[in-house]
Amino acid sequence: MTGYDAIVVGGGHNGLVNAGYLAKAGLRTLVLEQRHVVGGAAITEEVVAGFSFSTFSYALSLLRPEIVQELDLVKHGFLPLMMPSSFHPTGDGGYLLLGDDHDQNVQEIRRHSRHDADAYDRYHHDLDRVVQAVQPLFDAPPPNVFGKDPEDQADVAWLLKHLGSVEQRVMHDVVRLLTGSASDWLEDYFVHESVKGFHASSSIIGSKVGPMSPGSGLVLLFHKMGEHDGQLGSWAFHKGGNGGFTQVLGRAAEAFGAEIRLGARVGTVLTREGRTLGVALEDGTELLAPVVVSALDPRRTFLELLDPLELPADLVDNVERMRFRGVSGKVNFALDALPVFPALPDTVDHYGGFLNIGPTIEYVERAFDAAKYGWYSERPFIDAAIQSVVDPDLAPPGKHVMSCFVQYAPYHLRGSDWDTERMRFGDTAQAVLEEHFPGFGDLVLHREVVTPLDIERTTGLTEGNIFAGELLAPQMYFLRPAPGWSQYRTPVDGYYQCGSGTHPGGCVIGSPGRLAGQRILRDLHPGVSGAHG
Amino acid sequence: MIRTTPFHPRLSQLNTQGLYTHWQGHLSALRYTHAPKHEYFAVRNAVGVFDTSPLFKYRIHGPDAERFLAGALVRDIRACATGQAQYTLWCDDGGFVMEDGVVLRHSESEFLLTAARPCLGWFEDLARRLRVTLEDVTDAYGMLAVQGPRSRAVLASLMPEVEDLAYSRHLQATVAAASVTVSRTGYTGDLGFEVTVEAQDAVEVLDAVLEAGKGHGIRPFGEEALMMLRIEAGLPLIDVEWHDSRLAFTDEERVTPAELGMGWMLRGIADDDRPFVGRSAIRRELTGRTSRWASVGVVVDWAHWNRLHRDAGLLPPKDEHPLPYQSMLYDAATGGTQVGYTTSFLYSPVLQRHIGLARVRPDLSDPGSQVHLELAVQHHTARVSASTAGLPLFRPARKTAGR
Repeated sequence: MTGYDAIVVGGGHNGLVNAGYLAKAGLRTLVLEQRHVVGGAAITEEVVAGFSFSTFSYALSLLRPEIVQELDLVKHGFLPLMMPSSFHPTGDGGYLLLGDDHDQNVQEIRRHSRHDADAYDRYHHDLDRVVQAVQPLFDAPPPNVFGKDPEDQADVAWLLKHLGSVEQRVMHDVVRLLTGSASDWLEDYFVHESVKGFHASSSIIGSKVGPMSPGSGLVLLFHKMGEHDGQLGSWAFHKGGNGGFTQVLGRAAEAFGAEIRLGARVGTVLTREGRTLGVALEDGTELLAPVVVSALDPRRTFLELLDPLELPADLVDNVERMRFRGVSGKVNFALDALPVFPALPDTVDHYGGFLNIGPTIEYVERAFDAAKYGWYSERPFIDAAIQSVVDPDLAPPGKHVMSCFVQYAPYHLRGSDWDTERMRFGDTAQAVLEEHFPGFGDLVLHREVVTPLDIERTTGLTEGNIFAGELLAPQMYFLRPAPGWSQYRTPVDGYYQCGSGTHPGGCVIGSPGRLAGQRILRDLHPGVSGAHG
Repeated sequence: MIRTTPFHPRLSQLNTQGLYTHWQGHLSALRYTHAPKHEYFAVRNAVGVFDTSPLFKYRIHGPDAERFLAGALVRDIRACATGQAQYTLWCDDGGFVMEDGVVLRHSESEFLLTAARPCLGWFEDLARRLRVTLEDVTDAYGMLAVQGPRSRAVLASLMPEVEDLAYSRHLQATVAAASVTVSRTGYTGDLGFEVTVEAQDAVEVLDAVLEAGKGHGIRPFGEEALMMLRIEAGLPLIDVEWHDSRLAFTDEERVTPAELGMGWMLRGIADDDRPFVGRSAIRRELTGRTSRWASVGVVVDWAHWNRLHRDAGLLPPKDEHPLPYQSMLYDAATGGTQVGYTTSFLYSPVLQRHIGLARVRPDLSDPGSQVHLELAVQHHTARVSASTAGLPLFRPARKTAGR
C-alpha cells in the first residue's frame, strides 16, 4: 500500500517548497493538504464574484531568490509585481509618499524634516550592512551549538569565523537590532515623528510588541531581510495574490513529480520504536513512507501529530512554552472605486504599494496598549494594500480589492470572544480608514473580517500566529523551534519539520522548506557535502 | 528646435517627471512616474501606451509599388497580403543591414513603411523609372502603441473589430469619430497593437484609449520601460545592436541579416529569382556559410553572479536598466579566446535572470553553449558563467494568440 518515499504534511508554501526539492531529487513525494486548496495562509479566494481576496498573507519579500531559480518557478508563472510606492498618511492630512526614485525620496523626507534627509541614506546603508552580515546565517541551517560531533563543531567554527569577519560597528548594530527596540534604533537617525513612524511599521507586524518594546528591533530587521530583484527590504505583489504564488509552487512541485492530495487531513504520524512509518489520515487511511515531513507549526508537529510521551521531556516543555500569541487580523474589502485621500485627489500612484496607517510611533505604541490587557486596539495600526491597482485581474474593471492587515488583535480576549467581537473589530478598522479616506464606507461593496481565531481555524496556525511561532530572540536561529532541534530533524527517525516555526521562518520565505529538504536528502545520501562546506 | 509629437499636449500633462530624451528630434518621455519599472509591469501585466510617433512614415503607392518594394526590401513583399503587416530589413549591395522597419499593406498598390531613421532619399533613388510615388507623411500622423495583456480588451471596447484582429494584421476603424489604422504589431514582445491616427485627431483618440483603459490599470510608459521590454523580447535596436551599413566605417561594424538573427527572413531566397538589393551577397554568405556571428540570447548563471559579488563584499546588483556598453564574451572551455559580445544587458524582472542580447561565433549558437561574460566587480574585471539561448528570451503565448 505504500509507494511513497516521502510524505509532506501540510500544503502551505513551505510544505510545497520542501516537496519540490524532494521530488526534484527523485523522491516519490506526496503532499497532504487538509483544505480544498494548497497554500496554507498564502491563498487567494474569490469571496465575492469577480473579487479575489488575499485572505491572509498579502505580499512577498522574504522569499529567498535561490528557490525561484532552483525550482524553476518562472516557468510555472512566478511573477512578482514590484510595489512602486509606499504611502504613509501623517495623521494631520499630510502624507509621506516614497517611491522608486532615490533623490525624490530624499526630497520627500526633507519636505518633513531637513535633518532627516541625509539620515535617510545613512539609515538604509547601515541597515543594508546589517542584512549583509546576517544573510549567510539566514540562508543556511543553524549550527547545532549544543552538539559534540565533528560536523556540529565544524558548523560552529564556520559561524564563529563568519561573525569574526563582521566589522565591529556593524556587529554592534546587529546586536542593537536583535535586542533593542525599533524606537531606540530609529531615534539614532530620525527626528520627525512621521518619518520614524513610517520606518517603525515593520517592527511590530505579527508580533506582540510595540515599537518601544525591546524585541521590535528584531522584527524590523527580519522584515528588512527580504529582497526583490536585488533591492533589500523591497516588497511585491505576486500576480494573482499570494495564492497565485502558492499555485506556482504547487505546479512546480507537481512538475518535479510530487503528488498533491487535497482534503486529506492528517491525524497522526505513525511510529514504531522511534522511527516513522508514515501517517494516518483523520478518516483512518494509512499512508506509508520512510520519511514524513511536517510543515505545520511546532505545536502541531510535536504535540498533536505525535504522542508527546514519545518525545524527550525538555523538548515537550520547550514547545509547550513557545510563544504563539497571534495579535493581528485582516479586514478585506471589495470596493466600488478607489478611496480618496483628500490631499491627493486626482492620482492613483500613491496606491501602488502599502498604505501604512500608523502615523507615529506613539500612535502604534498606544494601539499596542490594549493588547497588553487582552483587548484589540480602538484605533489600530493598519497595513493596507490595494493590489488591484497593479493587478487588474483581481477585480472587475474600475473596482478594487483592499487587503487590510489590522493590529493589535490579541488571540485571547479578556471578557469576550472573537465570534462576538468580529463585527465590531471590523468596524473599528473601517472607522480608522474613514478618518484618513473620508467617504470610504460608501465604497464598500463587501467586507470580510478575519480574526486571529479565524486564522487558526482555517489555516491551523496556533493562536493565529502568522509566523508559526513568534519572532522572539529565544525562539530564533539555533533555538527555533527549540534548543537542540533547530536542524529540521525530530527525535523520531525519519520525521522532519519544515514549517515557518523552523529557521528562518516565518513570512512567505520558503527557506525552511528548502533547508529541511537539504537536510533530508543528506540524511538519505550521507557523504554529500555539509551545509557550510 | 526640438519638436513635439501629436500626443504631446496630453502625455506631457501625465508626465510627472519632466524627463525626456530626444528621439529623432522629438521630445520622448524616459518615464512618466518615479517608477519606470511600474510602467514596465503595466505592459507585462495590464496595459501601457507608448508614443511612437517619431518613427518615420512613408506612403508608397502606384502601379509598380509592389514591384518596387520587392526589389528594395529583404523580405518578399509579394507575400504580404492587403491587411497584413510585415517586419523587414533593407540592405546595401554588400548584403549588410541598413535599417529595419514595418510595412503595412493597405491595398494592391498602397503601402505604409515605418522606419527608425530617415531613408526617403535611398528609396527614391531606387525607384528610377518605376511608376511609384513616395511621400514622407511622418508629421501627418501620430502612432500610439497600446501594449500588454489587457490591450485587446481596452481597444475592443472602442472598436469591437479589434477583438478578432490576428497577429501581424491591421484594419481601419473609427475611434472618437476619427479614422485610425490599428495593427497587431509592437516592440514589446507582448500582446499589443499600434494605432495610427491623423495628427489633428491624436489627442482625442489618446483620451478615448486612456478612458477605456482606466479600469484596466492603463498607464503611459517611457523609453526606459520600452528598453527592458524589447530586450526581453529579443528585438534589436538600430545603433545599439547594429549600425546602418552606410554609416559604418568598417565591415566589423556592419552586420548581415543572418548575423542579426534574421535568418528566418531569408528562407527561400536560395531558390527564388526575386532580385533585391544585397541579394547576391546574401546568397554568397548563405551558400559559403561565411556568417561571422550568430545572434543569440545569453542567460547568466545566477549562483555564480551572486558568488562573485558576495565574495567581493558587495550586494549582488540586479539592475533592470540596460547597460549602455558592450561586454565581451569568452570561450568557457579555454577561458582565453573572445567568442562574442553582448549588445544589450539587463536584469529581467519577469525572467528573474540577468540576460543579454549577444553575438557569438556561429558554432556557439546552439542553445546552452557555455560562455564567460566579462564584467567589472569592485574595479576589477571578472568573468561570470553564462549560457546561450534562443531568441526571444520572453515569448508569451498571448503575443500571437487569438482571443
